[in-house]
Amino acid sequence: MNGPFEFALRLGDDALIAAQRLAEWTTRAPEMEEDIALANIALDQLGAARLLLTYAGELEGAGRDEDALAYLRDDREFRNCLLVELPNDDFAVTMAKLLFLSAYQLPLYTALAECADERLAAIGSKARKESAYHLDHASLWVKRLGDGTEESHRRMQAAADQVWPYVAELFTPDPGAPVDPATLRAEFDATVTAVLTEATLARPESGWAPAGGRDGLHTEHLSYLLAEMQVLHRAHPGAKW
Amino acid sequence: MTDPSPLWEVFVRARRGLSHTHVGSLHAPDAELALRNARDLYTRRQEGVSIWVVPASAITASSPDEKDAFFDPAADKVYRHPTFYDVPDGVAHL
Repeated sequence: MNGPFEFALRLGDDALIAAQRLAEWTTRAPEMEEDIALANIALDQLGAARLLLTYAGELEGAGRDEDALAYLRDDREFRNCLLVELPNDDFAVTMAKLLFLSAYQLPLYTALAECADERLAAIGSKARKESAYHLDHASLWVKRLGDGTEESHRRMQAAADQVWPYVAELFTPDPGAPVDPATLRAEFDATVTAVLTEATLARPESGWAPAGGRDGLHTEHLSYLLAEMQVLHRAHPGAKW
Repeated sequence: MTDPSPLWEVFVRARRGLSHTHVGSLHAPDAELALRNARDLYTRRQEGVSIWVVPASAITASSPDEKDAFFDPAADKVYRHPTFYDVPDGVAHL
């Protein structure tokens, strides 16, 4: 088991799958401005994924580059959390997912920027600014939908309740890692509670806590996502623009 | 019923020292989101360091019908252009 490789792979897979999922909104978002905003956020995630997967490939030392890791692994080899692979569902669900993901990634990348590994520190330093914007964007929408009309409030609360169980997995302790996710929970809770309160939403109860993404045990949704993401590369290996 | 996503005009300052320039317009439900949308739509390629958004409804514009009354009288007043001065030799940037 290669510790740093696993760690970089987890972060890279989170970003890659989040990017692919968010990109599904392109041409389908509620308004043109939001369409661009979501595509921008997806591209930020993709940028972080490329850096992290490239570095993971180097740490592994088996000659796999970012493309090999992104396009030539099957679902069991992916280490992303379940949260990012869940379907987009309606816009409120997408915003709940983005809120929870960015409220986790921001303190993660911020802590990473201070870690001993120079490459990871540089990636964290770049990505945290992007995460701050993602958090800002998601917060704005969660507040507007939660504190909006009766219908938008109902759907935003339902979305938060629906996605909440998948949050627990993000903070599974990993004491040997460059950043132990368990240490990020307090900041996450403070951030999310503040947003939900301002949005007049109830914080969902913690109970059922599905996990397994970090061990390659995913929901069925990931396989469909990978099929679409990988089909071109697998049909035309090594193809170039 | 008011428009849930009205039109906003966007002004971007390209660099410190330059003034804000109109770059386009967008739809957004409120000023805060208009600013965020403007950031995504108009400064993705490092076009700016500062953004203004203004409700399009707050802008009073001259009408094309008034074009003659507004602008034609200036056409024959050549003395308003500083073309009657002798530029001293050696002044490069006047």
